[in-house]
Amino acid sequence: MLGRTPSQTVGPFFAIALCREKQSEIVPGGSLRIGGQVFDGAGEPVPDAVVELWQADQGGTRWGRCGTNETGRFEFRTEKPTSVGGEAPAVEVNVFARGLLRHLVTRIYFPDEVAANEADPVLSSLEPPDRETLIAAEEDGGLRFDIYLQGEKQTVFFAL
Amino acid sequence: MSDERVVHLAEDVDPPLLYPEYRSTTLRAPQRPPIIVPDRFRDLESPVYGHDDIGEADHDLTRQHAGEPQGERIIVTGRVVEEDGRPVPNALVEIWQANAGGRYQHEGDQHPAPLDPNFSGAGRTLTGADGTYEFVTVKPGAYPWKNHPNAWRPAHIHFSLFGRAFSSRLVTQMYFPGDPLFEFDPIFQSVRDPEARKRLVARFELELTQSEWALGYRFDIVLRRTAFE
Repeated sequence: MLGRTPSQTVGPFFAIALCREKQSEIVPGGSLRIGGQVFDGAGEPVPDAVVELWQADQGGTRWGRCGTNETGRFEFRTEKPTSVGGEAPAVEVNVFARGLLRHLVTRIYFPDEVAANEADPVLSSLEPPDRETLIAAEEDGGLRFDIYLQGEKQTVFFAL
Repeated sequence: MSDERVVHLAEDVDPPLLYPEYRSTTLRAPQRPPIIVPDRFRDLESPVYGHDDIGEADHDLTRQHAGEPQGERIIVTGRVVEEDGRPVPNALVEIWQANAGGRYQHEGDQHPAPLDPNFSGAGRTLTGADGTYEFVTVKPGAYPWKNHPNAWRPAHIHFSLFGRAFSSRLVTQMYFPGDPLFEFDPIFQSVRDPEARKRLVARFELELTQSEWALGYRFDIVLRRTAFE
């Protein structure tokens, strides 16, 4: 086996390559808006993160990304994915930022999928406060999913 | 799909999330351990990119403007493979970098080095059938940052890669051989295994160097193994 190439931080200037065109419409004109903010351990917004969403679809994987603005905010347009393999529907998330030497992986679950969320093997393995960090909140006809990198409210992240 | 699977712990190769010498990690590194997830999550296939999405000069950062950028013209090429050596074809490779004077075309970069009107510092390409990619660019300059007194980043090119699956996603940095700043750079040093660190450094190759034109560097990239054939 060959040795893997190690990860390094995306740094503060990724936008010149990774945000040069709008890629936040996972499904163009999609009916579902998912937005949120990224916060650091001091509760300050992270203005130099890039959030990437992946979701399985019949035709393959749909994908989008969005750099955070000065208030740490990102926003996507998509459609809700369907459930796969008996798990609750979810969107996979990668978070890159200055100060993250490797990217973080998490998952967005949907607040209207109460029964499926109950039965989901990932969610049901978590204590309630942790589980809550993975379920988006309804807000203004869309969904809000804040990402806390550190601290009391830290989002649950996944090991790949 | 293969039943055989190696469970990797990220830190045997990747840097730790908390590395206080790199100050920005202190408020951004999660403190609680990650949870392990089922394979399906790892195995989500990468999105497909078409050649139509990539512009003709996207891989040649010296041809994106009316004139040529200042600096030492270089060719950066290599193969993207998985740990078992299998090439990764049709992988999207994106790069970004400072100009030859060590300045990014980004409003947040306040280093008092000149901007170059002929250099944006961003490129992208898809790997070929054997995993090969190639960029033409100029060698980036070192630049100061505020991590600690008199802190300078060694010259580097940022790389973003999509492999076969969600688990192959990689963002890294390529460095140049023999840089005197290596020992002082906490981002480079955050990779604790010296052998793994070497894999971040491109190799100068005379065979890649084009006479009277550009110096050649090889940077092969090894992504996490996936179950995909």
